[in-house]
Amino acid sequence: MTEGIEKRPHLPLGLARRGYAGVIQHLAAGETDSALGDLELESRLIELGFVEGAKVEVLHEGVVGHDPIAVRVENVTIALRRREAMAIIVA
Amino acid sequence: MHLVLVGTPNSGKTALFNALTGSRQKVANYPGVTVERKQGSFLTPKGRQVSLVDLPGTYSLRGRSPDEEITRDVVLGRSQSERLPHLVLCVADSTNLRLTIRLLLELKNTGRPLALVLNMFDIAVRRGVHVDVERLSEALGVPVVTSIAVRKGGTADLLRLTDEVLSQATQSPGPNIWQPLTASQLRATQREADRIVASTVSLPERPDTWTARIDAVVLHPVWGLTILLMVLFVMFQAVFAWAQPLMQLLSSVFDAVGQLVQDVFPTGPLQSFLQNGVISGVGSVVVFLPQIIIIFLFILLLEDFGYMARAAFLMDRIMGGAGLHGRAFIPLLSSFACAIPGIMATRVIDNRRDRLTTILIAPLMTCSARIPVYTLIISAFIPPTRIFGWINLQGLVMFGLYAAGIASALLVSFLVKVLMWRDYQPAPFMLELPDYKMPRARSIAIGVYSRAKMFLQRAGTTIFAMMVLIWFLASFPQPPAGAEGPAINYSLAAMIGKMIAPLLAPVGFNWQIAVALIPGMAAREVAVAALGTVYAIEGGKEAAAQIGQVMATKWSLATALSLLAWYIFAPQCASTLAVIRRETGSWKWMAATFGYMLMLAYAASLATYNLAIALGAG
Repeated sequence: MTEGIEKRPHLPLGLARRGYAGVIQHLAAGETDSALGDLELESRLIELGFVEGAKVEVLHEGVVGHDPIAVRVENVTIALRRREAMAIIVA
Repeated sequence: MHLVLVGTPNSGKTALFNALTGSRQKVANYPGVTVERKQGSFLTPKGRQVSLVDLPGTYSLRGRSPDEEITRDVVLGRSQSERLPHLVLCVADSTNLRLTIRLLLELKNTGRPLALVLNMFDIAVRRGVHVDVERLSEALGVPVVTSIAVRKGGTADLLRLTDEVLSQATQSPGPNIWQPLTASQLRATQREADRIVASTVSLPERPDTWTARIDAVVLHPVWGLTILLMVLFVMFQAVFAWAQPLMQLLSSVFDAVGQLVQDVFPTGPLQSFLQNGVISGVGSVVVFLPQIIIIFLFILLLEDFGYMARAAFLMDRIMGGAGLHGRAFIPLLSSFACAIPGIMATRVIDNRRDRLTTILIAPLMTCSARIPVYTLIISAFIPPTRIFGWINLQGLVMFGLYAAGIASALLVSFLVKVLMWRDYQPAPFMLELPDYKMPRARSIAIGVYSRAKMFLQRAGTTIFAMMVLIWFLASFPQPPAGAEGPAINYSLAAMIGKMIAPLLAPVGFNWQIAVALIPGMAAREVAVAALGTVYAIEGGKEAAAQIGQVMATKWSLATALSLLAWYIFAPQCASTLAVIRRETGSWKWMAATFGYMLMLAYAASLATYNLAIALGAG
């Protein structure tokens, strides 16, 4: 992480638009209205590679309501809904 | 010796499984669950016979779904029906190691002998991914081999390693210290995995440009949906139209064999049993084979190419509104041709509950077997008047029947979600979009072959048994000597038909319809022929037109409309029920489907009949 990135405002990935690129700061599973429990959501996100320090980029958006989104996490592309992506705080 | 394959989804596990076992494999279900179990066997260079099971893909051992629980239980030796493996092969996509390395670190805690297989190594090399295999093996503390599942000889190293590990009989398994990981432990193992990957793998500067280029079009809001619709259209055409000539060929072959039996054997119960019971019973199973093969050919091609995940991405919100999984659209679309390949296609849905919901509503899609019944009744009762000058009333009614099927499917899916699975945690839509890969003919052929074999062996036996039962009901007891009228009127089917006729009177069905419904259980279109038999019309080319004329004189419009409504919903197909029984592994789900469809059919017919009477169509 460079100085420049750390100074960017923190943002839930669920609000990021197509083309956004950043680094994961922390996970905040408690602040979403996902149907999953906080712990379950956090575990699943980690298993798909969403851990602190990972580079992410929003590659594609879905048709209806720009949802779901396709996110490049390091060298994997993961599709997820914005509701769950709200738990990923990036900058 | 017994081995299992474990890996994340899209690790190329199945391609490796196909490469190792070839056609020596069996696809079935795990007992009691709707999860596909693939087992095969192979010989090592030193001549060891090794059995291999391809376990459901998973990112961790937490077991969040029935499929993932199977993987966990087998690896931990908790499974009742599965043997403890002598060696666990953890399969990784070499271009994308970080998630698999994390899984492997977790697997190490189970104490099972373990090896890492770097699959698709050729693609990694071509993309400029460099893996220091020796250092990786050292860092992980497990043997590591590379493999290229899709190339001849690409598994040689893996076979050699298998021999090596299995010959070290002294290598006793370590203690099992695995426990479900907490979020912070997961995080720690992922950090550890990332550290190992960073020190042993060097990635190229730019990612796979092909995948990015294809995705720019395929996931585009406009072009993506256009392409998806085109893919679906071609698939629908293939299952609906391309299969037809083959199906007709098959059924004429079975008709010819039946005719042969009729000519060779003397008239009597044996002739009837062979011709109408056995041969048409076997025929009614085999006739579905072209559709099954075509649908699985498409599904496996799209899956191996990497398109299936993209299609689910595009359809997620659209299907999600009705409580359906994004992947449910292919099974449901195929069900317009026939519910049987459709229900078998639900195997693409990983989550058990999403899969069961899709199986429950698949028979509501208007299948091609309903078309003869619909056309017959519509042409006999609905005048071809034009509305607004250009809409044909007959066409409009046909469209209405299709629309009613779709609408009720969405409604049932919604109700199932609300009523049955209130505690249900919907699997959130989170899935990997794998890099595109060229499908391999051999792997696809093995996949289609094993599905077709499974259909014939598993579903076929049940369908056949039901056909024989229906034949028996329609043939016995035989009419007494000198009896008048068609033989079916003296059979058990007629007795049952007359017995249930009072129940069907409120929906406007006479006893002839009630009787025809029983042989109609064999296949919906058989009901047309059965009506002909009951009304004592001799077969032949003009029979259908005659049946229409007879119906038009003997039935009221209200009865005809009521029968149309009945056919939208009624579980009038023994083969579909048999496949539901086989796919879900339970009589309960078959009974549930039968029950709810029957209730819907009765309610819809009752409403239609009374409404029609009230409007003066009695």
